[in-house]
Amino acid sequence: MSAAPKIPERAAIRTSRWALWLPLALFAGFIVLVLIGLLRPASHDVASQFVGKPLPEFSLRAAADNRPGLARANMIGGKPRLLNVFASWCAPCAAEAPQLAQLAAAGVEIDGVAIRDHKPELAAFLARYGNPYTRIGADDVSAVQMAIGSSGAPETFIIDAQGVIRYQHIGEIRTEHVPMLLARLQEAGK
Amino acid sequence: MKRLLLILALFVFAPPLLADDTMPPAAYAYRQLDDPRLEAKARGLMETIRCLTCQSQSIADSDASMAGDMRNQIRERILRGEDPEAIRRWLVERYGDYISYAPQVSPATWPLFAAPLLLLAIAALLLRRRFARSGQSGAVK
Repeated sequence: MSAAPKIPERAAIRTSRWALWLPLALFAGFIVLVLIGLLRPASHDVASQFVGKPLPEFSLRAAADNRPGLARANMIGGKPRLLNVFASWCAPCAAEAPQLAQLAAAGVEIDGVAIRDHKPELAAFLARYGNPYTRIGADDVSAVQMAIGSSGAPETFIIDAQGVIRYQHIGEIRTEHVPMLLARLQEAGK
Repeated sequence: MKRLLLILALFVFAPPLLADDTMPPAAYAYRQLDDPRLEAKARGLMETIRCLTCQSQSIADSDASMAGDMRNQIRERILRGEDPEAIRRWLVERYGDYISYAPQVSPATWPLFAAPLLLLAIAALLLRRRFARSGQSGAVK
């Protein structure tokens, strides 16, 4: 009892000054992290790392009767164009149809890649929502989609005359995106 | 009664509003490779590749059609003799590090690997100081 452990007092006082506040500071930091997560939710879009790289080699059979199929060679030369990844079963793809028509009316050439689509269903989709496409390739196993780093439909890529992917638009094209895409197409043509 | 039956029939035959594609799954989406050694290789890779549709699942766990197409492509490539890590690199080249559940050391990720080592070193240092101190007081007693 008489041999009570001797506390090194000086050391204890020296560490306690800042160590006392450390848990509160860590907690405050945690709160800040949570607030950032709440106020600015993370985007779940997975951007293609192939922007800035040349389009890979591919060749797809025709997905529709009245449009030819699509190969890499078809997308080289001329002026910059759009590569639209879509499908008849994809609801936002129907929503962006008027905007694609607007772009086509402005003289933009649009090539389509139809993901996992059947001919009759695609034909019905094009008859209902319009057909802005020059060519439509059928990507039955998402092979071209994976090759260019696209993670869903709809997605729209700008391909320049040299066949380099210049820009990726994830999700449907809304009215406010049309001028931006036209500007980027023009920039890709310089 | 007739009306009720009609309403029930409408429920039963209602087309789903947000249908997924009706394409049958790709050849190797749900079919294992015949060679169990190759299938194990493919399996190991598929379990560490993120599904882009259901981002908290691996493509081995997901029933999304794109995950099926990815499994198909991975199995076909393994069958052709490609190395799983080469396929992983091919995917990372297109989708970034996010697609892989097996983190690699890179300029962006090295702190993940360095932090535990650093914390261990600090802990060892603190413990050594503390033990040295208690050792001293023991000698005094």
